[in-house]
Amino acid sequence: MQLATLLIGLVAATALWSGVQALNQQARNAYDRAAATFGGARTAMLVSRDGASLPQQLFVDLRRAGWPVSPVLEGRLQIEGRSFALLGIEPVTLPAEVGNAPSVGRSGMVSFMTPPGEMLVAPETLADLKLAEGARARANGGALLPPLRVQSQLAPGVLVVDIGIAQTILGMPGQITRLMVGKAAGKHASLASVAGDRLHLIEPDADTDLERLTDSFHLNLTAFGLLSFLVGLFIVNSAIGLAFEQRLPVLRTLRACGVSARMLNAVLVAELVSLALVAGLIGLVCGYYIASALLPDVAASLRGLYGAQIPGQLSLRPEWWLAGIAISVIGALAAAATSLTKALRLPLLAAAQPRAWHQAQRRWLTYQSALALAAFAAGGGLLWFGDSLMSGFAVLAALLLGAALILPAVLEAVLSLGQRFASRPLTVWFWADSRQQLSGLSLALMALLLALAVNVGVATMVESFSRTFLVWLDGRLAADIYVSAANDEQAMEIKAWLRERPEVAAILPGGRADTQIAGAPVEVLGLPDHATYRDNWPLLQSAGNVWSRLRPGDAALVSEQLARRLKLSVGDRIEMPAPGGSWPLQVIGIYADYGNPKGQITVNFAALTRRFPGIPLTRMGLRVAPPEVPALVADLREKFALGERNVVDQATMKAESKRIFNRTFAVTAALNAFTLGVAGIALLTSLLTLANSRLPQLAPLWAVGITRRRLAVIELLKTMSVALITTLFALPLGLLVAWCLLAIVNVKAFGWRLPFHVFPMDLVWLVGVALAAALAAAALPVLRLARMQPASLIRIFANER
Amino acid sequence: MTRSIVLHVTGLTKSYRAAGEEIAVLRGVNLTVAAQESVALTGESGSGKSTLLHLVAGLDAADGGEIRLGGVSIAELDDSGRAELRRGRLGLVFQQFNLIPSLTVADNLVFQSRLAGRHDPDWYEELVERLGLGHLLKRYPEQLSGGQQQRVAIGRALAAKPLLLLADEPTGNLDEATADEVLALARDLVTRSGCGLLMVTHSTRLAATLDRQVNLHAGVVA
Amino acid sequence: MKGSGPITRRGLIGSALLAGFTAKAVAQGFAGLGEAAEGFAPVVPGRPFTFPGDHGPHPEFRIEWWYVTANLVDAGGAACGAQWTLFRQAIAPGPPREGWTNQQVWMGHAAVTRADTHRYAQTFARGGIGQAGVEAQPFHAWIDSWSMRGLEGLNGTNVAPLELRASGADFSYALRLDADRPLVLQGDAGYSRKSLREQASYYYSQPHYAAKGSITIDDRPVEVTGQAWLDREWSTQPLAADQSGWDWLSLHFKGGDKLMLYRMRQTDGRHYGSGKWIAPDGNAELLASTDIAMTPLAFTEIEGRKIPTAWRIEIPRRALAIECTPLNAKSWMGTSFPYWEGPIRFGGSHEGLGYLEMTGY
Repeated sequence: MQLATLLIGLVAATALWSGVQALNQQARNAYDRAAATFGGARTAMLVSRDGASLPQQLFVDLRRAGWPVSPVLEGRLQIEGRSFALLGIEPVTLPAEVGNAPSVGRSGMVSFMTPPGEMLVAPETLADLKLAEGARARANGGALLPPLRVQSQLAPGVLVVDIGIAQTILGMPGQITRLMVGKAAGKHASLASVAGDRLHLIEPDADTDLERLTDSFHLNLTAFGLLSFLVGLFIVNSAIGLAFEQRLPVLRTLRACGVSARMLNAVLVAELVSLALVAGLIGLVCGYYIASALLPDVAASLRGLYGAQIPGQLSLRPEWWLAGIAISVIGALAAAATSLTKALRLPLLAAAQPRAWHQAQRRWLTYQSALALAAFAAGGGLLWFGDSLMSGFAVLAALLLGAALILPAVLEAVLSLGQRFASRPLTVWFWADSRQQLSGLSLALMALLLALAVNVGVATMVESFSRTFLVWLDGRLAADIYVSAANDEQAMEIKAWLRERPEVAAILPGGRADTQIAGAPVEVLGLPDHATYRDNWPLLQSAGNVWSRLRPGDAALVSEQLARRLKLSVGDRIEMPAPGGSWPLQVIGIYADYGNPKGQITVNFAALTRRFPGIPLTRMGLRVAPPEVPALVADLREKFALGERNVVDQATMKAESKRIFNRTFAVTAALNAFTLGVAGIALLTSLLTLANSRLPQLAPLWAVGITRRRLAVIELLKTMSVALITTLFALPLGLLVAWCLLAIVNVKAFGWRLPFHVFPMDLVWLVGVALAAALAAAALPVLRLARMQPASLIRIFANER
Repeated sequence: MTRSIVLHVTGLTKSYRAAGEEIAVLRGVNLTVAAQESVALTGESGSGKSTLLHLVAGLDAADGGEIRLGGVSIAELDDSGRAELRRGRLGLVFQQFNLIPSLTVADNLVFQSRLAGRHDPDWYEELVERLGLGHLLKRYPEQLSGGQQQRVAIGRALAAKPLLLLADEPTGNLDEATADEVLALARDLVTRSGCGLLMVTHSTRLAATLDRQVNLHAGVVA
Repeated sequence: MKGSGPITRRGLIGSALLAGFTAKAVAQGFAGLGEAAEGFAPVVPGRPFTFPGDHGPHPEFRIEWWYVTANLVDAGGAACGAQWTLFRQAIAPGPPREGWTNQQVWMGHAAVTRADTHRYAQTFARGGIGQAGVEAQPFHAWIDSWSMRGLEGLNGTNVAPLELRASGADFSYALRLDADRPLVLQGDAGYSRKSLREQASYYYSQPHYAAKGSITIDDRPVEVTGQAWLDREWSTQPLAADQSGWDWLSLHFKGGDKLMLYRMRQTDGRHYGSGKWIAPDGNAELLASTDIAMTPLAFTEIEGRKIPTAWRIEIPRRALAIECTPLNAKSWMGTSFPYWEGPIRFGGSHEGLGYLEMTGY
């Protein structure tokens, strides 16, 4: 039995931990691929100061001046309604250290460079396109693209072509977007003497953009993994405690026979380590399956939140296996530390009467409460002084740790209160005995508390998020139909055609440009002044009357993320890099832009087209009475041969967005459930461990005339009541956790703060789940008690344990 | 004055199955204990004296024969009936673990009597005084010496004024002097409360201090 | 087979361009150069050379190079050498296209050599965008910041005066080249036969440069003077599949005579030599394989290859018997297509300086 619980604990701990690690590793590999593909942040780069594209001549001038640069042209390309990143590279000057970037094969280089060229894609992208290698896809504009060729090191979702071909596809002849700077630099002229102040050098960075963006997500996963791991160790700890307790007489006998304490310990450690190895292996296999099961959700989350592409096939490195085994062994040894120390110091004779339990308990409670207060103080300090995501998580950790440590004191207080108000002898005993049981159950109860609090916290956050998100979606997706034409000409035709349709109440042009502010990418959105936006746009703060104030083109609305990052508030001024020079704008409003990894600035549509003359004018929103929508969508698709993604009605778009965001937190929810399950197991093993030492407590009651069945019922009630108190304590704690997540962690991780809602039904449901878990955990020991042979109870009075 | 018979045991048999074999522990025991009478049950190890005590206490069920306790036949009672009988009519004192560790001495003392609804404050006061527990009431059992613990156990067992006090080696863990003192108190209180005492002991010295000795041998009264 | 050597040797290097810049590509380069001449202009005898027009590129031919080697001494009398090379390779035939679709790929190699160090660099560029190219008039050949430029008053038949510049991560040089004598047409009036199968190149040299300038190694510039040699060659189908490498020399005699000499190493073991003796007055004599004996004297191990860096050379017809020793035995060009190229000195029946190039080891 202990063997089973020990194994369960270790397997659960290792499985959850290594599963989470596998997921993180998988994602990191994908980021590395993406980073390598772009020669991204790992290579020094020259980029335009104003965010506009650069003339190719600048590349030639820099080369002629001795700069080891290679040109890159980036853009987006629609194929079958899906958007891909198009990367144009120049293989001849590509720096050697760009590493596993498209190493254009030797003989392949000529065909890569010579029209029609080649389009290099990751195997996943080829599968996405549903095309065979060598086939040629068509861009949404109709242009035939170069034949596809698979290059396995590439990141999914990226299409790599020769720069000349990219210029043609993107309609940007003679233009580049950035320059990679090779390391083999000799003497070269100063940047300013060649390019004036148009360029600025970005030094290579060990972290990729994606890594930085997704850090929070992985921290989140790791935190959950760690929590599960610790809860798993609680189980191991109690299982080992029980095993040790039961072996005490044997150990004493062995010591009495002359086996040295050191020898005894070595044997115990060896036994434990071999068990841990077995459990670690099983745990790794389980971890692998957990990771495989969660991977689609993780991939969906990362794609939805950050646009990161993670392949759906799990691939693991040998280090992962080794680390998993190691963590299992280390965890087992850590959990066994107290028992092993006890074995090492085991006196040959049984200990004398211990100190009165309630005195020991008081000391223990005082000590733990002091620690708890210290943890709370640390958390408060971090809350006050901390300003990073890490500190946000640290606040959470301190809060949870403090709460866990103070839990026994809270329980003790409630139980003694109960005892004080009890008058019937059995009730008095009920409370008194629960108090005495505290020290044995506290670890498991702490695990339960943590699991519950995190569950409440995360559930509240997710619910708050989804409620806010739905309202926000209604505001953001205010138009009834969204159209994206293949090119400007088609957009004109569509507009002309739409004007003839009586059911179209309004055509809302939209424009989008990309720029950089403070070194980070920013989207610029151009929207017209229209009732649709006036009525619906999800403004969080504003100076009032914003839409007409946007019209002159000197004001902008800023997304919450960007406002937080740049510390902007209404009334501040920003300088936005634009092709024609810096564009001064006053911030007149801040709006919610959930789920967007980039910062966003909204300006008047006409002003945007003036400042960014080159942007495509292919997007438009339509106001149409809902009943007319399906027919119009069908007509548009047929008339202009537009794909499913080019004409989308509001309902479909909302459904799609909701689907993405539901999956975003699916992993968290799954880990949550795992954690709660593990906490339940911890409670069960603790109760089983206690069950044996409970007999001397229960036997006198039975002897004075309380039936075993009644005793069993009382025992069950006791477990349920401490579980209930723990759960009730977990609720406010969980809400506090939710507040931390919403107000600290989310703000740091994603840049947005969500309103805090409490969902009573969810809380009631969770209380139910917790009690069900406690009932399930308590059932087995209680059943055993109810069916216990009288002889087993009688023996208590006559023999030594 | 004829003292009423509180315990009447006739033809009691009990056997256990151990290692697939029937072992007859009691083979037809006859025994009576009168009110205010103290009876020592002696016999060598394995003679069945403890088993007899447990059967009388209703902790276990007999195979045959009859146990009448204050006119009630135990065999006719179910598990909860026997528990009720223990609660109200019997006092039990064992060698160890008599007390409830989570309760104070005071709570332990009143536990059974209040459970049985037979709490008598005067009798309680007298018990506390006679047992010399006045200064220990707020302590917990594990803070008491062995002798003190057994005194509390006797007090708890007699608090409900039972018909019969059953004791199984109550002084087995005590030194001789303490044992004598505890036993003297027990006998005194048995007399004062008017109940009978059936005590299992292997000590002939202690057995000799009681009113009567019954020796069990090979499952029958010798 | 006479006169086919140089086109072969340089052609192999040029093939590295097409082959994709790694040593592994050598075999592929051989194969690539042996075929696919379709669409390019053939090399035929009797082509009149016109200057300065022929100093510019000939994109109708597949490969072409501008190649300078210089034997120099610094102010302290220490010998040193410099190499400047620009290769052109067309990856597809047809009239040159504009921009990125241009069919030319360019490769530059530069090196400086002293007795105690050898520094080199390479760079690549695509044609059509201005990163590299050659213009005949005014004469200018360049890739990145490297250039060979005609100075004021350039004499088309002397190909002088020229200014030569190149730099790597840890070296750079700038040289001025002057010549008072006209260039020399190699082979038969510039038509250099490569094999009996009528493969050939157009080839001329200017071996008479006086060089002056400075070489900077590790940020320490030194003034240098000496002599230099320009090779110009273009062709379409330069290589035979059974050639494994070559050993090539350009020699400046103390008396002012010049000698170009090479030995083709063939997989069948029959090494084939050729050369041209150029007298100070410009008279030149073609040397046949049977006239030349080249014997390795000493080997140097570099990157696991055994390379003959000292040679005995005998040409009985010209009463020449010399031994050549390298200035720096480790003049290794560890470029995408690696080879040995460096300054040498020689003594015996004749004395002087020169350059040795060896490939395929």
